[in-house]
Amino acid sequence: MRATAGDTSQDGRPRRRLPGNRSLAGLGILVAVLAPFVDASDYALSVMTSALLFVMLAAGLNIVVGYCGLLDLGYAAFFAIGAYTSGILATRLHWPLLATVPVVIAAAVLAGIVIGGPTLRLRSDYLAIVTLGFGEIIRITATNLSITGGPSGIYGIPGLDVFGVDLSGPVGFYYACVAIVALAVLAAARLGRSRIGRAWRFVREDEDAAEAMGIHTYKVKLAAYIAGAIWGGLAGILFGAQLTAISPQSFTFLQSALILMAVVLGGMGSTPGIVVGAVFVSVLPELLRGAADYRFFLFGVLLIVVMIFRPQGVWPSRAAERLTGRGRSGTSEEPEGALQ
Amino acid sequence: MSRALLEVQDLRLTFGGVTACDGVSFAVGEGDIVSVIGPNGAGKTSAFNCITGFYRPTGGSIRFAGEDITGLRPSAIAAKGVSRTFQNLRLFGELTVLDNVRAGMHLRMRQNALDAILHTPRFRRSEREATQEANRWLDFVGLRGDRAAEARNLPYGEQRRVEIARALARGPKLLLLDEPAAGLNHNEKTEMLDLLRRIGELGIALVLIEHDMGLVMKVSRRIVVLNFGREIADGTPEQVRNDPAVLEAYLGRDDEPTEEGVR
Repeated sequence: MRATAGDTSQDGRPRRRLPGNRSLAGLGILVAVLAPFVDASDYALSVMTSALLFVMLAAGLNIVVGYCGLLDLGYAAFFAIGAYTSGILATRLHWPLLATVPVVIAAAVLAGIVIGGPTLRLRSDYLAIVTLGFGEIIRITATNLSITGGPSGIYGIPGLDVFGVDLSGPVGFYYACVAIVALAVLAAARLGRSRIGRAWRFVREDEDAAEAMGIHTYKVKLAAYIAGAIWGGLAGILFGAQLTAISPQSFTFLQSALILMAVVLGGMGSTPGIVVGAVFVSVLPELLRGAADYRFFLFGVLLIVVMIFRPQGVWPSRAAERLTGRGRSGTSEEPEGALQ
Repeated sequence: MSRALLEVQDLRLTFGGVTACDGVSFAVGEGDIVSVIGPNGAGKTSAFNCITGFYRPTGGSIRFAGEDITGLRPSAIAAKGVSRTFQNLRLFGELTVLDNVRAGMHLRMRQNALDAILHTPRFRRSEREATQEANRWLDFVGLRGDRAAEARNLPYGEQRRVEIARALARGPKLLLLDEPAAGLNHNEKTEMLDLLRRIGELGIALVLIEHDMGLVMKVSRRIVVLNFGREIADGTPEQVRNDPAVLEAYLGRDDEPTEEGVR
């Protein structure tokens, strides 16, 4: 379909091939699947499962912060809403966890609208403050309500059971998480390369120019917020299932900050980046356990060093597209190479 | 002039004590090519920003295709078929050239979030069509640079073309160009003139703010001259060229400091 004008210049220079998204995804899943063969102790499995949940949270926050450029300092609130909604339904009404999924999604969407609706008209720094406040409100509400179990939280959350297959054991649950988190990361990445994902980036790059192209920036930002809330809420279900107990201490500002750190450290908007960032942020404190009280100190120093020498993150996103074949770029499967 | 596509009536815009537009009225017919000229600070860009919804006018009305669009949000106005470029390039710098042009097609792409997550045939089709169309517009504006690379890496003149391609991809009936030839060299200006004419041939009405009088005189069917937020002349290039009020605005009288004149 293309006229000839652009072809020569386009293919004139040799293009550096991007590492294929598929092979990277395959490698990531392979590492996750093989990890228990290295160490399958309960402790190792719990660290690895937590790392997976962190990856899912980072994938969700990446939609908000990385794709859309909205600074959210209270992301743990959506995580809490998911965990509490499913925890309450599972313990009080004895719903199986799988049945709580639609309710959690609905609650996350609602929370996204309630917090996003009034605040997304604000410019970024104000938004950061309001989201910070929202995160605290959710945590304090959970501490004070009786239905959420007050400060001691909810315990006795059943394990995951998928159509009669019991996945509540550490190994079964770990592999269930590998599958779910892989799908969640894939879905977020695919969203990022679609019409709505591009609109998020347009808003991040230049809101006025996006508006001039007919993009209702407020709706687009709200969509990013809601998508992020859904990812966070679903991760909350898995969190409750993993620990069987949840309490407000799991959803502090520190948690929000750590998720944000995973995204920023890994590379905002970059799928491989945020996966690496999330694993790093969640596993490193465990590896530094030998340093006892100094571990968070070392952790902090390390982060500062990374930010000084690599402010764009360890694996930053880079916009480039793969134009397959000479002069038939129009017919290529476009999204494949765009923005990894 | 055929039926009026854009009618600006008595447009007023004040920022505190400063009056940017003080009763500007002009009309643009379908397929018309109109230039808005005037010294710096005459209210040209302010008028553009009112028409496209970026500023809410203090008074007056703006009608597009017979419909009152005064005070609508920019995206709503863009959706009705008014597209624009910006005085200082406003590309999505970190995104690819193709993605920049795809922005113009946002409203027309038929896919939803589920299509995107599942990569349904509908998703693939709509992405394919968007890419083809983006490439067509980039061919139309004569882009030579790398379309798959980040837009900010292109030379300035090429970025201008991308911005126009993006505005065209919106499928406008009316295109507002804010200084399309600013910063272009002689050759690029000649190419820009040709591009503007070809856009006119597509039946898209053009309104441009431009300081290059050579270009303005060659491309415009009509010229609106603003000074101090008011229009002081409106006519064919011939009429405007000889209008004493215009000469005075540009060259100044003895008691005014002479500006750089026709920049």
